[in-house]
Amino acid sequence: MIANYGYKDGSGEYFISVDTEKCTGCGDCVEACLYGVFEVVENPLDPLSDDQVVVVTEAERKKIKYTCGPCKPVSDRPPLPCMAACLEDAISHSW
Amino acid sequence: MAEDTTSKEYWRWTESNWHDPDMDWREGDIVSAGVDVGSVSSQAVIMVDGKLYAYSNMRTGSDSPKSAENAMDWALEGTGMALDDIHYVVGTGYGRVNVPFAKRAITEIACHARGANFMYGPTIKTVLDMGGQDCKAIRVDQKGKVVSFLMNDKCAAGTGRGMEVFADLLGVHITKVGEMSLQVDEEPPMVSSTCVVFAKSEASALLREGWPKEKVLAAYCLAMAHRVVGLLERLGIEEDFAITGGIAKNIGVVSRIEKELEIKALTPSLDTQIAGAIGGALFARALLQKERKKK
Amino acid sequence: MITAGIDVGAKNVKVVIQEDGKILGKGLVLAGLDTQASIKEAFDAALKDAGLASEKLEKVFATGAGRKEVPDADDSYTEVGADAAGATYLYPQARTVIDVGAEEGRAIRVNERGKVVDFAINERCAAGAGAFTEAMARALEVELEELGQLSLTSTKAVPMNAQCAVFAESEVVSLIHAKTEKQDIARAVHDAMATRITSMARRVGVKPEIALVGGVARNPGFVDSLQRDLETEVLIPEDPEYISALGAALLAAGLGK
Repeated sequence: MIANYGYKDGSGEYFISVDTEKCTGCGDCVEACLYGVFEVVENPLDPLSDDQVVVVTEAERKKIKYTCGPCKPVSDRPPLPCMAACLEDAISHSW
Repeated sequence: MAEDTTSKEYWRWTESNWHDPDMDWREGDIVSAGVDVGSVSSQAVIMVDGKLYAYSNMRTGSDSPKSAENAMDWALEGTGMALDDIHYVVGTGYGRVNVPFAKRAITEIACHARGANFMYGPTIKTVLDMGGQDCKAIRVDQKGKVVSFLMNDKCAAGTGRGMEVFADLLGVHITKVGEMSLQVDEEPPMVSSTCVVFAKSEASALLREGWPKEKVLAAYCLAMAHRVVGLLERLGIEEDFAITGGIAKNIGVVSRIEKELEIKALTPSLDTQIAGAIGGALFARALLQKERKKK
Repeated sequence: MITAGIDVGAKNVKVVIQEDGKILGKGLVLAGLDTQASIKEAFDAALKDAGLASEKLEKVFATGAGRKEVPDADDSYTEVGADAAGATYLYPQARTVIDVGAEEGRAIRVNERGKVVDFAINERCAAGAGAFTEAMARALEVELEELGQLSLTSTKAVPMNAQCAVFAESEVVSLIHAKTEKQDIARAVHDAMATRITSMARRVGVKPEIALVGGVARNPGFVDSLQRDLETEVLIPEDPEYISALGAALLAAGLGK
C-alpha cells in the first residue's frame, strides 16, 4: 500500500509517501528525523493485520511543509535524513 | 430500499434513518455496527451477518460522544434492538476515538474503502470522498483493501467547509449550490485561487463586477472539481470510480469532476454518506470473527 | 535625482518618492477593483506628501504582484529584488530580510554587498501571510491593531491545531466557547503564524542581522512571537509596508544593489 501523508494547498503539494510493502517498521527513520515526524504503529489502514509500519504522526500531517522546511534548504540540499536512513527505500517526498 | 425512511430537514443536510422491516435481527449470528462521527454529520450502521439492517444519518453536535450516541439511538429506533444486542461496534471518522460504546477505532480511510466495496461491489477501484472538513482519494482492490490513499484535511479547499464559505457569501442554501451552478449558458473561467480565503476575495470582486450568483458558483464549482481531480491524479484513477461524502450530493461539482476526468461516477444505491459507517460495521464483524477464532 | 518606486500589492498600492536616498514623500491607498485608478491615487498622494509635481519624477520603477500594470514605468523589479534593495539600504548589516505582506511571505538572504543569494516564498495560501491574522481578528471580533496588543498580554501558550485560515477560524470560535482568554488565543494565532514564517526563513538559512518588513511587521504580537521563535531580535523600519516601494525608488536612482 502507498500511504500518502500530507496535503495540497494553494502553495503546492506536500506529501510524504510510505510504501507499506517495503516498510519493515524498523523505526530507523523515526530516529533519524530531528522533528518527530514519524512513528511506528500497527498499520492503521489494515485493521485485520498486526503488521507494524511507519506513519507520519497525526499532528505533523497538516504542517509537513513547515516542519520539513529546515531539511529542505533552497540551495545545496543534502539528502533527507529520513530517506537516507531507510534501507528499504520505503519513504519518498513529493516536494 | 427507501421505504420506511423518515427524513427531516434539520440544518444543512437532510437527516434520515432506515431499517429493513423484513429482516429479523434475532436470527442473526453476528450483529455488528459502525459509527462514523464526522465533523459535520454522523452516521450509525447496523449489520446482521454482514447484511445491511439499519442506519441513521444526522448532524454532528458540539459533543462527539453525544453525537455518536444520538446516531446510534436513531438507527436503533423502531428495531426492537438495544445497544447491548450489538456484539461489536467500531468507531470511525474524525471523532472516532470519542465513540463511548465502540470496542475499536479504525481510520476512516480503511472504513471508506471497505464500505465502498460493499456499496458498489468488487469492481470499484477508485473512491473520492469529499467530506465536511477533508477530502480523501482512495484506491482499493477487489476485496475492499486500501492500495493507496491520500487525505487532505489541512486545507479547506475541496471540502464541504470551503463550499459553505461560498454558499454563505452568496446567501445560497448549500443544497442549492450544485443546481444553481449549472444554470449558466457557458462555463466561466474557474476561480483562479485555490485558497478559500483568496477565492472568496476573488468571488467578491466578480460579484462587484456584476457577475450573477450562478456564474460565480459555476466558477467555484469548476475550481473545486479541478482541485480534487489534481488530488486523484496523484494516485491514478481507474474505473470503476465513485464519489462519496456530502459533496457527492452536489451535482455542480460532481458533473464537473466527471467532465474533467472523462469518467462517469457510479450511481449509488445507498446514501453515500453512510459508506464509512458501513465499512466500520464490516470491520466490526471481521474483528469479532477473528477474536472467536483465537479462542 | 528624484525617483519614485511603486509597489502594487495584493491589498495596498504604495508609492515612495526619494531624492539621493532621502524619502521626500509617500502614499498608500487600498487596491480597489480599478487598479489604474488606485495607482494614480497612490502617486497623487505621494506627490502631494512630497509637495512635488509629477514632472519632477525623473524615473519610476514598479514592483509588486501588479507591477506590469503601472503605465509609464521605466522598469519593473520583482518583490524579492525590491525588498532586498530597500531593506539593505536602511540596514546594510542585514543578511536576512523577511517580508510578510497581506497575501505573501518572503524570506531573502543577502550577502555583504546586499545581493540576493537565496529566497523562499509562501504564496497562494492565506496561512502564511497577513490574511491569516486578519481572518483571526474577525473571528475574535477585534480590530487587527488590537489583536497584536492583546497577544502581548497573554500569559499562556495555547496550541492551535488548524493550519488553514478557514479551519483556524472555526478553531478560534471553539476556543472562545471553551472560555479561553482572548489574549491567549491572539498569542496562539501569532505563534502559529510565526512558526510558518520561521520555517520558511530557515530554508534560506537565517543569518543575523534580520530585517522584518511588510505590513505585518506593524503587528507587535506577531513580532513578539517571531522573535521568540527565531530566538533573536529583528530590525523593523519605521514604515515597514513601504520597503518594497522604497527599494524600487532606490533602484530607479541607481542607489540599490
